[in-house]
Amino acid sequence: MRRLPVWLKLAAAASFAFLYVPLVVVVAYSFNDSRLNAEWVGFTLDWYRVLFGDKEMQLAARNSLAIALVASLCATFFGTLAGLAIHRYHPRWLVLLVITPVAMPEILLGVSLLVFFIQVLHLTLGLVSVVLAHITFSIGFVAIVVRTRLAGMDESLFEAARDLGASPWQTFRLVTFPLILPAVVAGFLMAFTLSLDDFVITFFTAGVGVSTLPLQIYSMIKIAVTPEVNAISTLLMLLTLLLVVAASRMDKGFMKGGG
Amino acid sequence: MASQRGERLTRLGATAPPTLFLLAFFLVPALIVVLASFQFPGEFGGLAPLADPGDGREHGLTLENIQFFFSDFLFTEIFLRSFVVAAESTLICLVMAYPVAWLIAKSPKQHRDFLVLLVILPFASNFLIRVYAWMIILGPQAALARTLNGVLGAFGFEPVSLLFSPFAVLVGMVYVHLPFMILPLYTNLEKHDPLLLDAAQDLGANAWQRFWRVTWPLSLPGVFAGSALVFIPVLGMFAIPDILGGTRDMLIGNLIKDQFLGVRDWPFGATLSIVLTLCVLALAGLAAWAGKARRTHA
Repeated sequence: MRRLPVWLKLAAAASFAFLYVPLVVVVAYSFNDSRLNAEWVGFTLDWYRVLFGDKEMQLAARNSLAIALVASLCATFFGTLAGLAIHRYHPRWLVLLVITPVAMPEILLGVSLLVFFIQVLHLTLGLVSVVLAHITFSIGFVAIVVRTRLAGMDESLFEAARDLGASPWQTFRLVTFPLILPAVVAGFLMAFTLSLDDFVITFFTAGVGVSTLPLQIYSMIKIAVTPEVNAISTLLMLLTLLLVVAASRMDKGFMKGGG
Repeated sequence: MASQRGERLTRLGATAPPTLFLLAFFLVPALIVVLASFQFPGEFGGLAPLADPGDGREHGLTLENIQFFFSDFLFTEIFLRSFVVAAESTLICLVMAYPVAWLIAKSPKQHRDFLVLLVILPFASNFLIRVYAWMIILGPQAALARTLNGVLGAFGFEPVSLLFSPFAVLVGMVYVHLPFMILPLYTNLEKHDPLLLDAAQDLGANAWQRFWRVTWPLSLPGVFAGSALVFIPVLGMFAIPDILGGTRDMLIGNLIKDQFLGVRDWPFGATLSIVLTLCVLALAGLAAWAGKARRTHA
């Protein structure tokens, strides 16, 4: 095997440092005994105490989790079907319909849903509009993960099931579904993470009535930065870390399909 | 016969639900925006009615919005600036991503999944947190700015602000989108046959020639894919200039956001969205075409 030049390793190490140092800074300052995120003063858990006493933040966290749960369950249903349909029947228009919302700049989906909800559905912006918006952008991710899994599978399994007299429904229930289940769960976890993290589309579809964790973080960053933001950031990072590791354990193709 | 009917039902059952949902919540809203870009703004925000309300208010369709877009060079300038920022971000991401992608592709097989996970993990943490991190690092009281301004001061220069500057916007853009460049590049580089490089070496190519004549041309599909994944989202980004930029660092995204949530001129906002969509479609087409052209040559 060809050896890599040292400068290349150094350049790669620099890029990794660039990726991680900012996150380490955020976590470190969440334990810093100073209102300013400027220099290390001493260790404290005060910012976590402030965080757990923050009623608005608790409400935002509850909203975020409820939205993420409902949206990702629905997105998993639609996305799994889309992944199956694309794998089996190759409808090009469905591929376009599933991929385009993922590939567009988020702001375009955000404003189009804003106009649609208010002008056409006459919906008061709130939990419902946010959930519908999140389903829309998550379907594509679930479909990609499921489809990647299906593409790596042996077609003869399905043919064997059919030859043995299984109906399409039996084939799906007894053969296909158990085989794609890890990808379905991975897709669900991914949709959940995306929903929990989404800022741009939520920003346009939430209206004034409902707050989520990213919206709450945004208003804190814009108005008054305190290390409470670092504390909630650290907890959120921990949560997404667990979700991503769980998803990649569920499905080997997750990282390639999801990335 | 029964099985054929069953097959048709299966097909309908799998295809219909996602199709109907996405038609309703993606395609129809997109078409509504196209329509809105030809409408008048409503009196209290929103859109003016299409049918004549009979009280002399503005209604129906108009070309005013697109005319307004071209009437003031300011708007074109913001689009051009966004393209420049997107190009700069893409280029910096490419330079930073290539060594990482290469390192992962050349690592022993059992380490690759772990290294890919290392690239994905920061990207999985919340987008706002990643932008916020740079508020801290580039902040006026942080070590970086104080050291820099100390050095500048020693040479008699005015102190500079790192935060709320075009520099901060660029750093934020690169930071948030770097994994989108690394992953497609890695997927491409991993597939290269190492024998090609051995052959090039046997034929007398030095390290630079092996890279420039063999690896780089073969990696172009990955480069185009990664570039599209960085360029397109940067083009529409509003949150990063909003948080890290100054008032003069407005990009297309900020302009669109203002029309919908600030000045409440929805039809003009819709027009801007359509122009942005056309830019994105043109770019995506270009990337796909460039990728295809390479493959047929290779």
